[in-house]
Amino acid sequence: MSDKIPVTVLTGYLGAGKTTLLNRILSEEHGKRYAVIVNEFGEIGIDNELVVGADEEVFEMNNGCICCTVRGDLIRIIEGLMKRKGKFDAIIVETTGLADPAPVAQTFFVDEAVQDNARLDAVVTVADAKWLKDRLKDAPEAKNQIAFADVILLNKTDLVSKEEVEDVEARIRGINPYARVIRTVKSQVPLSEVLDRGAFDLDRVLEIEPAFLEAGNDHHHHDHECGPGCTHDHHDHDHGHDHHHDHGHSHDGLKHYHDEHMKSVAFNIPGDVDPEKFIPWVQDLAQSDGQNFLRWKGILAFKGEPRRYVFQGVHMILDGDLQREWKPGEKRESRLVFIGRDLDEAKLRAGFEATAA
Amino acid sequence: MSSPGLTDTSLADHIRPVAADSHVSASVFLGDVAAFALGDGTVILANGATTSRVNVHPDSAILVAAADGTHLVTGGDDGRVVRTSATGETEEIVRVANGAWIDAVATGPDGAVAWSAAKQAHVRDGKGNVFTLDIGSSGRGLAFAPKGFQLYIARYNGVTQWFPRTQGKPKEVTWKGSHIDVTASADGRFVVSTMQENEMHGWRLADGANMRMSGYPSKVRSMSWSFDGKWLASSGADAAIVWPFMTKDGPMGKPPLELGIRPSRVERVAFHPKAPVLAVGYKDGCVLFVRMDSDDEQILQARAAGDGGAVSALAWNADGMMLAFGTDEGAAGVLTLPKV
Repeated sequence: MSDKIPVTVLTGYLGAGKTTLLNRILSEEHGKRYAVIVNEFGEIGIDNELVVGADEEVFEMNNGCICCTVRGDLIRIIEGLMKRKGKFDAIIVETTGLADPAPVAQTFFVDEAVQDNARLDAVVTVADAKWLKDRLKDAPEAKNQIAFADVILLNKTDLVSKEEVEDVEARIRGINPYARVIRTVKSQVPLSEVLDRGAFDLDRVLEIEPAFLEAGNDHHHHDHECGPGCTHDHHDHDHGHDHHHDHGHSHDGLKHYHDEHMKSVAFNIPGDVDPEKFIPWVQDLAQSDGQNFLRWKGILAFKGEPRRYVFQGVHMILDGDLQREWKPGEKRESRLVFIGRDLDEAKLRAGFEATAA
Repeated sequence: MSSPGLTDTSLADHIRPVAADSHVSASVFLGDVAAFALGDGTVILANGATTSRVNVHPDSAILVAAADGTHLVTGGDDGRVVRTSATGETEEIVRVANGAWIDAVATGPDGAVAWSAAKQAHVRDGKGNVFTLDIGSSGRGLAFAPKGFQLYIARYNGVTQWFPRTQGKPKEVTWKGSHIDVTASADGRFVVSTMQENEMHGWRLADGANMRMSGYPSKVRSMSWSFDGKWLASSGADAAIVWPFMTKDGPMGKPPLELGIRPSRVERVAFHPKAPVLAVGYKDGCVLFVRMDSDDEQILQARAAGDGGAVSALAWNADGMMLAFGTDEGAAGVLTLPKV
């Protein structure tokens, strides 16, 4: 993708298993050198010159964007790490269990020097299979961390029944169907599944159709996701119900949950969009509605452009560029996904569809 | 005296290259010895044709450095502040608790040294007394005032003016936002900071009047005062942005000069210590001298754009006959101006 250093942001509520994962990353033989920015030195039992303590200095930028907060300490640390360029391959940023991931993510889009040298690879959230459901009820941070994630490790699955795992995963998907969910025990996951993913996880924006296949650990089940054309009522309480849409998959009674405020919507244009219309639209949208968007991502076919335009946003901050070419035989289409609070689906759809070429 | 900008000799022939092979965090002169503080923790001392390398921060990176003409003071990501002499003797000034990174260092009168780490600023005076101040946020920039024993500390939401030897609350000037570095005018009337945003901010200390110095396309990372104190040059645009400070209002309501416009970003600026000449280092590695006392700016190329990345360090020696430069990918050199 580029020679920018990939950065993985590791979030997760207290006790979910973040430190276990970090210790594995630092101790296993994987041929890669990671600089790790941690909050608590003490938790990491490994002496490593590339483990850096952070002190979570969140501050506002004076750019007229009220939710544009960044982590000043991260800017400083990444600038410092760049003086050791060549000594490490990637950066991992651990956030505290109670942290809002937005300032961390925004740091990688706002600060020019950070952006020149590093790119946000993925937000990885470690979730506790036993306690996540409770945290989603009583801890807004936990919900934000799920909504923000590109990859979710659903950890400690050995401590709950299979049904409970299915249930908690359904709740995750009710908030964020676009994250890849990996079920783990003791944070045991091949590190290549969570680190240095490139744009791979963003590609899920295109892959996830209104109904998509999800391979479970021990059996196949078909999962239904809300996407374009989703017409469910978004109730203000959890509800489990069977779906029998006529898209050919058999459902095995998997539950679906919708969160009252936090949800995701996706829109598809089966062809090109006009960048002259699309770019001004997203810029205006960032100003008017960005506060409600935790993440928004898109892969777009720009009229007359052989390369895919890939963009992602955090609240009011947007970052996009032209990446690889559309492959021969690959269908040119434009897809946009929003994860956020109180989304006005009709307005977003109308706005996006008006940018069609 | 000879000064740069008046000769058409090719200056490239007068550069003695120094193989730094690591990010050059700073270059300074200790007398006529050029010192380069590097990202691999070493310091290179270049004395004429002789260069030596001192491992000042083993297995660490030098993040920040300052010098007082006789000693180089470096702060590392090993949490140490070390003072190095022109002959390579080192003295560890401090090793901060928990290995916190050193955020900034400064040198002051009578061998005083200041450093900041973990939201505290510290000063060690020439007699060895150490003073500490809690600043509530990271102290990203430090500068001793030109007169008296006082330290300016750039921090979140303003600059602290600290008199370490006096009890009582330090003075403060405030402006919302994160302030990265700080400098004071030689007459002590103005303090100027660089910010996280693409701007500088100035205060007239007499009345606390604010001066917004904005319009930069990039973050300002380098500031330098002219020898007569009348101008403050800055990086962050495709020219050196030079603000006028000769009147009592400073740059208020006055446009800055733009010197050395090129299709590359200015990364470092360093005014000549005796002449109205500014050395300008660019992102593409080019270094120019710009003479600013005539109506047309006179420009002389000191180093061509090329390998090694952006200019990350630039310093004159005391008589202005030598310039030490370094880049972020490990190129460095000493230019000795030809006598004319």
